[in-house]
Amino acid sequence: MTVHALPARQGGPIAGLRNCAWLAWRSLVQIKHNPMELMDMSVQPVMFLLLFVFVFGGQMAGSPGEYLQYALGGLIVQNSLFTALNTAVGLNGDIRKGVFDRFRSLPIARSAPLVGRIAADLAKQVWAIALMLVLGLAIGFDLKGGVGGALAVFALLLLFTLAMSWMTVLLGIVAGSEEKVQMLGFVLVMPLTFTSSAFVRADTFPAPLQWWSRVNPVTAIADASRDLLNGHVHSGPILTTLAWAAGIAVVFFPLAMRAYRSKLS
Amino acid sequence: MVAAMNDTTVRKTMTYAIRAEGLRKAFGDTVALSGVDLEVPAGTVLSVLGPNGAGKTTAVRILTTLLRPDSGHASVGGFDIAREPAKVRALIGLTGQYAAVDEMLTGTENLLLIGRLVGLTRADARARAAELLERFGLSEAARRATKTYSGGMRRRLDLAASLVAAPRILFLDEPTTGLDPRSRNQLWDIVRGLVAEGVTVLLTTQYLDEADQLADDIAVIDRGRVIATGSPDELKSKVGGQLLYVQPSVEADMDGTRELLSDVVGRAPSREGAGWAVPITDSALMPRAAVRLADNGIDVAEFALRRPSLDEVFLTLTGHTAAETEGALA
Repeated sequence: MTVHALPARQGGPIAGLRNCAWLAWRSLVQIKHNPMELMDMSVQPVMFLLLFVFVFGGQMAGSPGEYLQYALGGLIVQNSLFTALNTAVGLNGDIRKGVFDRFRSLPIARSAPLVGRIAADLAKQVWAIALMLVLGLAIGFDLKGGVGGALAVFALLLLFTLAMSWMTVLLGIVAGSEEKVQMLGFVLVMPLTFTSSAFVRADTFPAPLQWWSRVNPVTAIADASRDLLNGHVHSGPILTTLAWAAGIAVVFFPLAMRAYRSKLS
Repeated sequence: MVAAMNDTTVRKTMTYAIRAEGLRKAFGDTVALSGVDLEVPAGTVLSVLGPNGAGKTTAVRILTTLLRPDSGHASVGGFDIAREPAKVRALIGLTGQYAAVDEMLTGTENLLLIGRLVGLTRADARARAAELLERFGLSEAARRATKTYSGGMRRRLDLAASLVAAPRILFLDEPTTGLDPRSRNQLWDIVRGLVAEGVTVLLTTQYLDEADQLADDIAVIDRGRVIATGSPDELKSKVGGQLLYVQPSVEADMDGTRELLSDVVGRAPSREGAGWAVPITDSALMPRAAVRLADNGIDVAEFALRRPSLDEVFLTLTGHTAAETEGALA
């Protein structure tokens, strides 16, 4: 084996971006080999959507069609929250299996493995949102908000899940195992969505729960998404969502970075 | 003149590929390293030998810039690990305790990814991946996801991944833990091949025979501290004494051989394989034993003086067996 010297193409923002892109490629290329993974990712949300609309829909809103108009936004949000947990699960696995150490022992930016993963997970997020939207349309959702409304939902959810990713990065670093991450995620996301306005109008809740659903951030995102899809835009929920995104990022970015760096000390 | 001087300076700093002084590291109340010194001359193999929990992995993680020491200094390839970690990372390869390959990617893709990350062009990265897969006997599995690989194949791929950038200094953290003997031998051959090419290797292991097989020097580490260093031979002679090993030709003579040996040597031999081993300090005991065996009509298949194994070295140096350290920390 000939030992060739490395070309000096290290450093600089271009190389940094290229490294992040390759690390993102790594998370996405597996879908190419195993298209079933996309299906795996999609079974649960598809099931939720169909069950909610066709089983509960009639009783909830008089007809499945009526309920679909109400719930699609919330179902998309819930799926996005679950998808956001991928970052934590993947990161945790990488750390535990030593893949992360391998990357960090390479002459690349220390942040590249993290940025690459987050970028790849955002791509999966696009898929997750598109899937729900297309399925919703297929079973009769009336997109009154038009393409613009749909794109706005994409933008809002991507922004929010990006902010949330600092929370999931932290979770991925501190959690003991992938199973624990999944458990914790489930225990967080399920109650949060169910006690919000995502699936039912919050004014049917008992008083304490009503109060809670008003402060629950999922209520804001679900309301904003539903409004945008249905073509009535209220700035309230959108602004609240943006405020939550900013707040989560401000709190969790430094915490995640500290945990990330303390892996080093 | 100036050039010559620079050359000398370079050679001086490069004499040791790895040099660590007084490395200390604690995780909370648990002291992982309490002052570790290591020196690895360029082009040699140092084996850091110790039981689980002795601090081997912590030492490797510090030297590969994955972890900062609480105190102490180290340089790798002439670069200080704290001041110039990026330059250190450009020189080293690391194979950790777990096969750190992406299970969802194929063998080729794993190596391609590393190649691209270290700055090879796409064509070079492909060529390098193919070359390494071929060398490690993984060509046929190159296009399969690595989750379908056996443990030995994964380790080989992991090692290949750490070689993509043709590192001059290689860190192997327990590279054969959990491997079957055949895969272990394969890996040893690969390491020998790399050393023949001039690569410096720091290898941690809890297997004494592995250190014996591969290392130029051994640093025995126990409870976060280097308790002995030297070549395998030096360490063995440090323990002093020799072992007289006798294996009778017929099984029926086993009891007779044992009684005879304990009579001649004055201490009870211990069973080793199909024979008996007994430590002796006086070399005159050997012919005496031979005569007595002949007198008693015991035919021997093997009659030899041996130096103690590294297991016995470890026991002598630490006063406890490797397994006891493990238990104490568990």
